[in-house]
Amino acid sequence: MGREKEVLIQVRNVSKFFGGVRALNKVSFDLLKGEVLGIIGPNGSGKTTLVNTITGFHKPDSGEVFFKDMKLTGFPPWKIADLGVARTFQIVRPYLSLRAYKNLIVPLWSPRARRFAGSRGGDRDAVAIDLLEEVGFERDAYVPYKLASALPLGYLKRLELARCLALRPEVIICDEVFSGLSMSEIASMVPLIERLRIKGVTLIMIEHRLRELFKVADKVIVLEFGEKIAEGIPEQVMQNERVKRAYLGEELGL
Amino acid sequence: MNEERRKERLDRGIKARTEGLYAVSSWREVSYLLAPRAGLILFLLIAPLVVPGLYWQRVLALAGVYALLAISFDFLAGRVGLVCIGGAFMVGVGGYISGGLNYYLGLPVALTIPVATFFGALICTLVWLPCLPLRGVYFAVVTFMFPFLTSSVILAGGLFGSTEGLSPIGGFPNIWVSIYLMMSLVLFAIFGLRRLCGEDIGIVFAGIKDNDQAVIASGVNVTRVKMYSLFIATAIGCFAGAFVAHFSGFIGVSLFAVDFSIMPIAACIMGGPGTIAGPALGAFILAPLSELLRGFGQLRVVLYCVVLVGFILFKPEGLLNWVARKYHQFEHWVKV
Amino acid sequence: MTMDVLIYGIVNGMTFVLMAVGFSFVYGISRLPNFAHGALYVVNGFIAWSFLNSAGLPYWLSILLSLLIVSLIGVAIYQFVMIRVRGMPVSEIIVSFAIALAILEGLRLQGIGGFKGFIGPGYVLPRFIDGVIDTAWVAIDIQRLLIIGVGLLLLGLMWLFTHHFKMGLALRAMAQHERAALMLGINSDRMANIALGIGSALAGLAAITITPLGNVNCESGYSVLTNAIAVCVIGGLGSWGGTVLAALILGMATTLMSAFGGTMWNNVLVFGLIILILIIRPSGLFGQQKELEERV
Repeated sequence: MGREKEVLIQVRNVSKFFGGVRALNKVSFDLLKGEVLGIIGPNGSGKTTLVNTITGFHKPDSGEVFFKDMKLTGFPPWKIADLGVARTFQIVRPYLSLRAYKNLIVPLWSPRARRFAGSRGGDRDAVAIDLLEEVGFERDAYVPYKLASALPLGYLKRLELARCLALRPEVIICDEVFSGLSMSEIASMVPLIERLRIKGVTLIMIEHRLRELFKVADKVIVLEFGEKIAEGIPEQVMQNERVKRAYLGEELGL
Repeated sequence: MNEERRKERLDRGIKARTEGLYAVSSWREVSYLLAPRAGLILFLLIAPLVVPGLYWQRVLALAGVYALLAISFDFLAGRVGLVCIGGAFMVGVGGYISGGLNYYLGLPVALTIPVATFFGALICTLVWLPCLPLRGVYFAVVTFMFPFLTSSVILAGGLFGSTEGLSPIGGFPNIWVSIYLMMSLVLFAIFGLRRLCGEDIGIVFAGIKDNDQAVIASGVNVTRVKMYSLFIATAIGCFAGAFVAHFSGFIGVSLFAVDFSIMPIAACIMGGPGTIAGPALGAFILAPLSELLRGFGQLRVVLYCVVLVGFILFKPEGLLNWVARKYHQFEHWVKV
Repeated sequence: MTMDVLIYGIVNGMTFVLMAVGFSFVYGISRLPNFAHGALYVVNGFIAWSFLNSAGLPYWLSILLSLLIVSLIGVAIYQFVMIRVRGMPVSEIIVSFAIALAILEGLRLQGIGGFKGFIGPGYVLPRFIDGVIDTAWVAIDIQRLLIIGVGLLLLGLMWLFTHHFKMGLALRAMAQHERAALMLGINSDRMANIALGIGSALAGLAAITITPLGNVNCESGYSVLTNAIAVCVIGGLGSWGGTVLAALILGMATTLMSAFGGTMWNNVLVFGLIILILIIRPSGLFGQQKELEERV
């Protein structure tokens, strides 16, 4: 007795070439509203290129991307973010010269935030600090007031997420949020992802750390050399022979 | 046994502060913060009264022109990350519009200057709009080429008086009007831009300078925001050009001289890049200095270039940042 | 009528090649936009003239010495100034242009310590071979033919150097991937010094070959720089063939413009093309730079 879930993003036969290298080869999948979709695969399989293509940082050489029946292909990245598809960066991009909460002023200033969050001039600082508190910046310790260049990576990753949340997005594409973090930092990130999920945010998560990903993902897609080689729930996908070979290589032949 | 020494820095003036945030708790501390700003205002307002004679008042007014150009350059380069070496283009456009309106249509100066400022900014911004997405180097080179292109077109096409230029162009009622107009504009530009950069849109500018891919990913149309900043900067530049036209009573291709592109950069680097006020300071030092050297022909230009290169190599923080550092901190050597 | 336009177009094109090869070489090898290129061109002319007229040295010696000195000046510019702004392209441009301005305007100074500036049309370098060849269509100065010859020779030498000699290959490696080259033990600064030394000498050689057609003057410093930039911008980076093609295109275009529109419009043409290409295709018509690096 499941309700018909709305399809938010449709990726259809997307291919991307860089010079002679085929980074993506006719990749297709659907993203349903409210689900957490994991995208995994060995290094160089095209995961980040896929994100870049969906969010407009690259233009696909063939294929289309749809968001709620609207064609995204060809739109500039800011327009795609404006429509509600936000992304984080694998190598974090905070504004190092600004304080943490000032970092959020930029997305809060954007037209989308002004439409949805009702954020107006003077409120933005307060909204920014509230947002940071939501993602785990300790307000009492004045962490939001620190310069971004003074923050450790764990906080910067949360800042990336906060940057997305400021846009009140419908979809957040997380590009390796767990990478580069210590075990304790990861341990505190997982509940944050859970919280987002409970709030109803739809997530696409590119990840290497499979254990943590499988705790939160509903469905997983596996990429290898730019091709989708498997799709399904985590347990099933990891049984897949081809997936195992992709990660472990031919010689072991498990 | 060697005695080692190191420099120790102690903050002074305000007891509670961190990295640019001050907690002010007494009138003494307020006056500590206000003093430099008051000093700037007083200097600009009193200098015209104090300098010896009309000649130096004119020098002061022209220094103001360069100050405005330097402020414009510093705002774009230091706050938005757009290096625009096309100061001469702004001056030329502003000057020709303002002078032209006065010469051909007989419009009064009080009207031509605001019109030239606004429409000049519009023209410069629209013309440079396609250049905005370009990477830093290319944008700089393109903007640098525009004044040369425009002056070549004017000369080759015999437009607007070609080599001789157009004169007479209406001037200001008297020296006091012109010089205080300039001083108040300089003050308005400095304080206005600093205020703007403290607003939310100023944070967006800083974001663009720091990392514009992140700004794009936050749903902001970076090209449009750059356009706004360009409009403001070119408005300042075109006003400077309009001022020059009426101040000298003449418009010609000399308005597109490379001086107007290079001297602001020298003033900016010498005065303190990034501070908006520093470049103005630099202009008020360099312009009179170059006047003193007027007798030696082209030594002026050599001066700008030597200053520019010298400061880039040896003191890139510039004068104002250096002074500010000294103002905020004691430094002395202590034994280790 | 059209034949002599064609021939002069080619001659002008090769003139552009000569003017551009020094600038192109330095930028292609060490990614340094040497905006002092035009100044070095002019300085070489004046030094050669001074050796010839004030010191009375034989012509060939004057040329050699001037090339050597200019080469050293170029190295000095890198070693003492440019090295500190290496890696920040805008600063490199501003600083090298400031040096150019200082030199070019400085040469025009009069009256400091009795230094009489280099002003006026009187500074002429003699041609290598006087005389004119009458071809079937038009009379060409032999000097202009020499320009074509020297130009082709230089292009050939450059190509040979960068493809076959160890130093040349090292320089190419530097240009393609600086980090990798550094890891292999190639010294970036030494390479840049060498590149700038050679590039300055190339500028000087261009001056020696071209200025006998007219005279040595400071104004030409700016136009040489502009022409060099135009050739590199239109031709693109990393492509010798592109450079030659761009130079020929510019040569043809300016000759046509002079013939039909008047020489005043040449400037408009050159500046206009530079701006147009930079806006539409910053890496040049034949350039090989990835498009991602052009636009933000």
